[in-house]
Amino acid sequence: MKIAVCIKRTPDSESRFKVVAGGSGIDEAGLKFDMDDFASYAVEAALQINEKQGPGETIVFAVGPDAIQETLRKAMSMGADRAVHLKADGALFDGLSVATALAAELKGGGYDLILFGKHAFDSSAGVVGTATGELLGLPCVTAVSQLDVGGGKGSARREIEGAGEIVEFPLPAVVTIDEGVARPRYPSLKGIMAAKKKPLETKPAQLGAARVVVKAMELPADRPPGRIIGQGAAAVPELVRLLQEEAKVL
Amino acid sequence: MPNVLVFAETRGADLRKVALEATTAARAFVDANGGGEVHALLAGPSGVAAKAESLGKHGADVVLVCEHASFARYAREAIAATLAARAKSGYRVVFIPFSSNGRDLAPRVAAKLDAPLASDVTSVSMSGDAITVKHPGYANKVIVELTVTGSPAIISLRPSAFTPAEKPHAGKTEAIQPAADPGAERVVVKDVTEGAKGKLDLGEAPVIISGGRGLKAAENFKLVEDLASAFGNAAVGATRAVTDDGWRPHSDQIGQTGRQVSPQLYVAVGISGAIQHLAGMRTARTIVAINKDPEAPIFKVADYGIVGDVLEVLPALTAAVREAKKG
Ligand SMILES: Cc1cc2nc3c(=O)[nH]c(=O)nc-3n(C[C@H](O)[C@H](O)[C@H](O)COP(=O)(O)OP(=O)(O)OC[C@H]3O[C@@H](n4cnc5c(N)ncnc54)[C@H](O)[C@@H]3O)c2cc1C
Ligand SMILES: Nc1ncnc2c1ncn2[C@@H]1O[C@H](COP(=O)(O)O)[C@@H](O)[C@H]1O
Repeated sequence: MKIAVCIKRTPDSESRFKVVAGGSGIDEAGLKFDMDDFASYAVEAALQINEKQGPGETIVFAVGPDAIQETLRKAMSMGADRAVHLKADGALFDGLSVATALAAELKGGGYDLILFGKHAFDSSAGVVGTATGELLGLPCVTAVSQLDVGGGKGSARREIEGAGEIVEFPLPAVVTIDEGVARPRYPSLKGIMAAKKKPLETKPAQLGAARVVVKAMELPADRPPGRIIGQGAAAVPELVRLLQEEAKVL
Repeated sequence: MPNVLVFAETRGADLRKVALEATTAARAFVDANGGGEVHALLAGPSGVAAKAESLGKHGADVVLVCEHASFARYAREAIAATLAARAKSGYRVVFIPFSSNGRDLAPRVAAKLDAPLASDVTSVSMSGDAITVKHPGYANKVIVELTVTGSPAIISLRPSAFTPAEKPHAGKTEAIQPAADPGAERVVVKDVTEGAKGKLDLGEAPVIISGGRGLKAAENFKLVEDLASAFGNAAVGATRAVTDDGWRPHSDQIGQTGRQVSPQLYVAVGISGAIQHLAGMRTARTIVAINKDPEAPIFKVADYGIVGDVLEVLPALTAAVREAKKG
């Protein structure tokens, strides 16, 4: 299958974040960046489909500054065949604007399947995949935890509150990937060497107008420091008292 | 005088709590900005019109009722078309819950209308013509304030960030037709596998009892379920370690890559408190932790920690909660 996967570069989720003076954004000094988690599940899902189903092509796309090429190389070191970098600078908090650039690039590309992460760690928005699907006029299924494709159609499971939804859809389609589909592989040394020679094309991103822009960022109020109230079952009466009298949740 | 359109989410012919949250938020937004009307779009199978009254009670002036047999399940394409068609008629803002289906719906509507979209919002304000929202980004680690330019602004609201409150308005019903045939969806829902009847959803439960690898074996989750049933209003959650091992379904996972929850009480049993787990529950109002290791990071965020063996502490706590509930 010809599969497109759109990936993003985000700060490592284990980082301790600081906001720059003036609050215009996070302080990137010292932060590690990597492929966003759900997008890495999407890359893995695409690779597994093509490995299982025989001759296919996995192409990765990213909108962002030059540094994002490192992320595209990583996807190629996992096994993607080639990459397209849509160059754009600045903060990309308007998901519809990013989707506009991706849809312009993907349109008419003959992809059987276009994959995204369910949401990115930094924006935590869950917009880009679904909006791209809508702009392309393709069937779109979001946040899938199980995915089967073949014979021109797909089936998937989505987790909705307190239930699972089982859907079927025709290909080509856009799918956004949740946990459960595939855990990403680590690139092998051989993969890393091979990725250096794989094609990476760069062109300007045709972003839509950014109408959602960052005004300020701040860190959430810290929780009060934790407190250990006792040891073992003997501490249970005190816990119950605190839940009733202090926290008033019992 | 901004008018607001609300997507009043349903499941079958039932109204979801997030629909009342969004209606309440819309009423408050309109009243804080010089008045205006709140219209709620209520789509569902026949009989759903009966839910209009409750939307009126929470502040809807008009309830647009769209009944169709195929709306018994989430018909994403027809719902998006219907909401987008209606949103064109002069609304300043469209509120959609950031629920599983609402987060699927909002980008479709925004793309159809080429309208700005802000997701997973916890507060909304307007000054002059500028709309500003707050959104917890970076897995709740950074609060991002965003300016949203253009009309209608599509804004999805974080579940539980707004509390339903009654503020009766007319709730006058008006029947509308779907803007696309709900029977012609390309994405067809084959089945909805409901969880156990009466089981509370993690996003809606006021109390969550969550278990980790410290429980040692899948069957010990019985102790977690017992505590949940002693509370009566509790749901059961889990860490990724546990869902990976198949002790619990993936849908129970709480954290950065699972559900993000803000209950009144979160009880973490046998959970170390990895940063990715904390990302999903650190906004809980009260956190209790039971762990045998006093150095476990979960104790750094726990309002009340007990150092001890879960297999010993849980049964004692369950008995004590049962006793306390008896009154
Ligand atoms: C990209 C990424 C995303 C992730 N997303 C998530 C996510 O969404 N949610 C999530 O939960 N994790 C997530 N993780 C995994 C996370 O890093 C941790 O590995 C996981 O949360 C640990 O689960 P745990 O606390 O159950 O297990 P452990 O870390 O093994 O902790 C078990 C705890 O039980 C205690 N214990 C043992 N025996 C007893 C006993 N008898 N009585 C009392 N206490 C006992 C131990 O002291 C220990 O603290 C993610 C990781 C990555 C890399
Ligand atoms: N700048 C980008 N370039 C390519 N893909 C992206 C970009 N931003 C987001 N995506 C994809 O869209 C998903 C959802 O992102 P978001 O809508 O920002 O939460 C991510 O997991 C990626 O798969």
